[in-house]
Amino acid sequence: MTPRSIPDRLHGPAHRALRSWETLLLVVAVAVFIANSFLSPYFLNAWNLSDATFNFTEKALIALPMAMLIIAGDIDLSVASILALASTAMGLVMTAGADTPLIVATGLLTGLLCGAVNGFLVAGLGLPSIVVTIGTMSLFRGIAFIVLGDKAFNGYPRDFAFFGQGYVWWVISFELVLFAACAVLYWALLHRSTFGRAVFAIGNSPTAARFSGIRVDRVRFALFLLTGVMSGLAAVCLTSRLGSTRPSIASGWELEVITMVVLGGVNILGGSGSIPGVVLAALIMGMVTFGFGLLNVPGIVMSIFLGLLLIGVIALPRLLRGK
Amino acid sequence: MNILKHREALLALVLLLTLGLIAARFPAFVRPGNLAGVLNDTAPLMILAIGQMIVILTKCIDLSVAANLALTGMVAALMNGAGVPLPLILLAVVGLGAALGAVNGLLVWKVGIPSIVVTLGTMTIFRGTIFLMTEGAWVNAHQMTDAFKALPRTVILGLPVMTWIALASVALFAVVLRRTALGRAFYAVGGNPHAAVFAGLSVGRTQFAAFVISGALAGLTGYLWVARYAVAYVDIAGGFELDVVAACVIGGIAIAGGAGTIWGAMLGALFLGVVKNALPVIGISPFWQMAISGTVIVLAVAFNTAQSRPRGRLILREAHE
Repeated sequence: MTPRSIPDRLHGPAHRALRSWETLLLVVAVAVFIANSFLSPYFLNAWNLSDATFNFTEKALIALPMAMLIIAGDIDLSVASILALASTAMGLVMTAGADTPLIVATGLLTGLLCGAVNGFLVAGLGLPSIVVTIGTMSLFRGIAFIVLGDKAFNGYPRDFAFFGQGYVWWVISFELVLFAACAVLYWALLHRSTFGRAVFAIGNSPTAARFSGIRVDRVRFALFLLTGVMSGLAAVCLTSRLGSTRPSIASGWELEVITMVVLGGVNILGGSGSIPGVVLAALIMGMVTFGFGLLNVPGIVMSIFLGLLLIGVIALPRLLRGK
Repeated sequence: MNILKHREALLALVLLLTLGLIAARFPAFVRPGNLAGVLNDTAPLMILAIGQMIVILTKCIDLSVAANLALTGMVAALMNGAGVPLPLILLAVVGLGAALGAVNGLLVWKVGIPSIVVTLGTMTIFRGTIFLMTEGAWVNAHQMTDAFKALPRTVILGLPVMTWIALASVALFAVVLRRTALGRAFYAVGGNPHAAVFAGLSVGRTQFAAFVISGALAGLTGYLWVARYAVAYVDIAGGFELDVVAACVIGGIAIAGGAGTIWGAMLGALFLGVVKNALPVIGISPFWQMAISGTVIVLAVAFNTAQSRPRGRLILREAHE
């Protein structure tokens, strides 16, 4: 609650880079990598490492726009439900005989539409994003449950499998390339465009942003659209990888995505954060999950670790600074 | 017009209307016996909604209540298996629940982490802990003593003990919120934290107290839940935290803190309970329930915000007009 103190003199760029959150993440990532390669003989293998990337690519695709959304001071808890609904919509058109391009378009469009609903409720009607998206989280997945009940969609066309199972070159999967491309795109959008500056401005003070001529509600609406469409994209990848759709698909992912974003150094209260940080956090989480998997640690124990990680990474700097 | 301004009265009206609509087609639903059943089914939601409401009043949110419930419920079942007498179990679950709530509260108060992050984290940690304790094993009905299972079902004056506990909690916290310094502090801290500090209140300490209360109530519900359904495992009450938040939102508890009444939270919980119980009766697949509660949450928050939206930022509006 205390105002940020403004130092008389800033440290040099080298000093700042060394002390930055991203550097710390990089060190952690390298440490996890080394630890993993000592702990399991199966870790250092090109194909295993390539498999490991599937642990995070889909979630990280959503984490990119989520980072921007959180920087702007909002949050979207409905992303996993959007994914489920988009996957269900894809299953519906697939059953109706659609071919791959149409299935993919349906997934993206459903995501966009869900994002528009969230955006309208939050930016258009001025409702608090956290409650709205708790509601739409229930609503979107609820629709998936209404459509599917306890059944599942199977039998996606063979060429649809490429998005989640295809490789571009050797061990480099399509998903990894897609994620890398999106990461660069979002980096440019957040750190090199006026839109990105507006996002930071809104996160620091929506009122000041409005007075400086930023169309605050329009930017927030656009951010929800981005989160929606990226959840649709993640739905395409995940559905293609699993080859089936159940209404419970990707349940709990919203927490992992938010953990990823927060671990990446994005301030949960908005105003600061970076895309490279989020990418590194995604890498770390992917490698940790994969390493635990190689050591036969059950999924729920990993989730304890993720919970501790989430609280730990936020608590540690605050405790060190003496708050 | 006046009644419309009272959110609780309006909500009660909507609730009665819903009941009336259901009764028109299915009169059996509103038989006193069935309504008592609905009330009893809703008791856990009501108890948790009280705690959640207090937390929300202080500008926080507690997403770990369902995980807390599952953990304390499992501990209760294990203690029962180890032969611990029931009164001791009851004390232990409330104590453990409060302790888990205190963990949340301390992280919010002393470390200054936003409550949503803290409770997202502790939610997975609590559930994971159940797995570590049990390796995923279930505690089933035949592993529980009869006395352990019987308490929530024992009927006193026509209603089961579980219902009475819920009603007693509502009554108790209605008094606490209205008549005690702590109760008023919850409102003050959420309504205007800066003013609260100047009035000599510690915002963090008050939030801590809110989390402890929420945790203690979740602990109590943990025992009730496990005893009533006679089973304990990692995933009991999975996702229930959203129902609890939904009950508060429907009940008109302002998510920005500082506003809302316990009657609202109770009515919100009852509304969800009626919908949940009515769906199978009117022949709608239970798969609809999730989408319906989602829609109700969105509508409720839209309605609440429309009602409380400040018109402009003119401080001296009254003087101008």
